[in-house]
Amino acid sequence: MLEKSRALPVTSARLALTRHELVVTCWLSLGLAALFAASLYLGDYVVAPLDVVRSLLSPFTGVQTQGVDFIVLSLRLPRAILAILAGAGFALSGVMFQTLLRNPLASPDIVGISTGASAAAVFAIVVLGWGGALLSFGALAGALLTAVAIYLLAWRDGVSPYRVVLIGIAVSAMLSAVISYLFTRARIFEVQQAMAWLVGSLNAANTSEIIPLALALLILVPTGLLLGRGLSALQLGDDTARALGSRVELSRLSLLLCAVALSAFSTAAVGPVAFVAFVSGPIARKLLGTGRNGFVPTMVVGSCVMLGSDMLAQHALPNTQLPVGVVTGLFGASFLLWLLAMSNRQGRV
Amino acid sequence: MTWADTAPVRVLADRRIVGLVAMVLALIGTALASIGIGARSIAPETVWTALVAFDPQSTDHQIIWALRIPRTLIGIGVGIALGMAGAVLQGATRNPLADPSILGIHAGAAVLVVIGIFIFGLTSFSQYVWLAFAGAGAAMLFVYSVASLGREGATPVKLALAGAATTAALMSVVSAVLLTSLNTLDEIRFWQVGSLAGRDMSIFTQVVPFLLLGTVLAFAIGRTLDGLAMGDDVARGLGQNVAVSRGLAGLAAVILAGGATAAAGPIAFVGLTVPHLARAITGPSYRWILPYSMLIAPLLLLGSDILGRIVAPPGEVQVGIVTAALGAPVFIALVRRRKLAEL
Repeated sequence: MLEKSRALPVTSARLALTRHELVVTCWLSLGLAALFAASLYLGDYVVAPLDVVRSLLSPFTGVQTQGVDFIVLSLRLPRAILAILAGAGFALSGVMFQTLLRNPLASPDIVGISTGASAAAVFAIVVLGWGGALLSFGALAGALLTAVAIYLLAWRDGVSPYRVVLIGIAVSAMLSAVISYLFTRARIFEVQQAMAWLVGSLNAANTSEIIPLALALLILVPTGLLLGRGLSALQLGDDTARALGSRVELSRLSLLLCAVALSAFSTAAVGPVAFVAFVSGPIARKLLGTGRNGFVPTMVVGSCVMLGSDMLAQHALPNTQLPVGVVTGLFGASFLLWLLAMSNRQGRV
Repeated sequence: MTWADTAPVRVLADRRIVGLVAMVLALIGTALASIGIGARSIAPETVWTALVAFDPQSTDHQIIWALRIPRTLIGIGVGIALGMAGAVLQGATRNPLADPSILGIHAGAAVLVVIGIFIFGLTSFSQYVWLAFAGAGAAMLFVYSVASLGREGATPVKLALAGAATTAALMSVVSAVLLTSLNTLDEIRFWQVGSLAGRDMSIFTQVVPFLLLGTVLAFAIGRTLDGLAMGDDVARGLGQNVAVSRGLAGLAAVILAGGATAAAGPIAFVGLTVPHLARAITGPSYRWILPYSMLIAPLLLLGSDILGRIVAPPGEVQVGIVTAALGAPVFIALVRRRKLAEL
C-alpha cells in the first residue's frame, strides 16, 4: 500500500507527459493529413476534389476515369507516399543520432553517413554507369560501410560521442574530396546526373522505390522505438547509465545500427535530401516543449517537412520545378540559425 | 635567477629554432622540386640554367617561368595563409575545430563564384578572385557573429552549428543554380576541387598584398592569442582588451583564408590539421605555433601538389584532393590520440 502511494505521483506525471505527447502528435498528424490532401489536389492539371476522392477509390469501386486516375494514382500519390516515408525515416534516424551522441550536430548529414552514400552513388553513376535499383543498392552499401568505418575508427575503450562527431567530420571531408575528384574526371552529362542525385528528389517516385523503403521502415521503426526506451538512461552520460544497469556499448551499438539503416534506406530511395534529419528533432522538441526528444512526433514532423518542401519546390516558382533537396536545405538552415539566435538570447546553447 | 634555472628553457628554445631553420631548408628544397617536377620532364641542369639565365627561345625555360614558378609561389602563399588562418582562428576561439572550411568560408566563396559564372558568364580563374574573396569574407563574418552572440561567446558547438547551417543554406543556392545551368556546372567543377594548376602570375600579384597584410596582422596579435587561450577572464586580468584582440584575430583570418580561397579555390583540412601538428611539436604557446604553422602548411601543400602531379600520369590529381586524402587520416589519428576539447 505504502509502495503504491509513493509510486503514484511518478506514474501519473509520466502518464501526463505521454498524454501531452499524444495530443501534439495528433495535431501534427492532422497537419500531415492536410498536406497530403493538398499534394494530391495541387498541380498544373486541375482535378476537382471530388474527382480526387473518386479516383482514389477507383480500385475498389471499379469506376475509372483514365486521365484523372493516371495523374492522381500514378503521379501524385506515389510522390506523396514516398515523401512521407522518406521524411519519417530521415527524421527518426536524425533524432536517434542526436539523442545517442548527445549533440545536436550529430545528424547523419554531418557525421558522414550521407556523404558515404553520396560518394558510393557518384562512383556508381560515373564509373560503373549504374542506375535505378542498382544505384539505390550502391548508395545503401556506401552508407553502411561508412558507418562501420566511423564506428571502428572512433573505437578506443568504447566510443565517446565527441570522437564520433569529429571522426565523422574528417571521414566526410575525405569522401567529399572523392566526389570532387570524380566530378573533374567524368563527362559533364554524368556529372549532371550525379548532381541531380546528390540534391535528392522525388521525381522518380514509383512502387520500386516505395516498396523496399516501406518494408525497411516496417521493421526498423518498431525496433527503433523499442530500443529508444533505453535511450533516456544513455542520455545521462555513460557512467550514470552504467550505474543504472544499462549495458552501454551494446545498447548504443544496436541503436546506432538501427539509425544508420534508417538513414541508408531513406537515402537509397530519394537521395541525400539535406537537413530533414537535422531539423526534425529540434522542431519536434520545440513543439513538445518538454525538453525531451519524442521519436513519434519527430517522425511526423519529418514527413511534414518533406511533403511541404516538395510542394513548395514544385509550385512556388512558376514554370520551374526544383528538386525537394534545394528547399529542405534552405528551410532547415534558416530554422537552425533562428534557433541559434533564440537560444543565444536566452543565454544557453 | 641562476644559470641553472634558465638553461633548460634556453635549450628548448634553441631546439625549436633549429627546427624552424630545418623547415625553412625543407621548404626551399620542396619549392625547387616543385619547379623541377611535372608532366614534362625537364633535366635539373636545364632547370638551373632557366633560373639563372632565362632564354626566351627555349620551351623548357618558358614552361618553368610561365607555369611552374607561379604555381610554386601561389602554393607557398596559399599554404602560409591557410596554416596561419587555422592557427589564429583556433587560438582566438579556443576551439580546436575552428577552421576556415568549417566556418562556411568555402560555401560563401562558392556562392558568389557560381553566381558570377551564371549571371555574368565569367570563365577564368583570375575573374573569380575578387568574388571568391568577398563571398568568403562575408560568410565567415556572418558565421562568426551568429556564433558569438550570447554570453559564452563562440563556443565550439555554436560555431560548428552556425557554420554547418550557413554552409547548408548557401549550398542549396549553389545546387539550385547548378541544376539549371549545365555551363555553370562545367565551369565550377574545376574550381571547387581546389587546385594550384592553371593560375598565372597575375593571380599571385593580386592576392599577395592580402597575404602579406594578414601575415603581419597575425604575428602582431600572436602574443594576445596566448592570453585568449587561457580564457577571457585571465586575458582581461592580464590587461587585454578581449573584444579587440578577438576582432583583430578574426579579421586576420578572414583576410588570409579569403585570399587563399580566392587564389586556389576551396582547399580543405590544411587549416584544421596544421596547427594541431604544430602544437604537437612546439607545445601550447602561440609564439611558436604561428611560425611552425606558417612553415608546415606550405610544406604540406606543395608536397601534396607535387604528389598529385606524380600519382596519376599523364593527368594530375588536384591539390585539394591530395590534402584531404593526407590531412583527414592525420586528423583522425590526432583525435584518437588525445582529448581535443582540452586544447
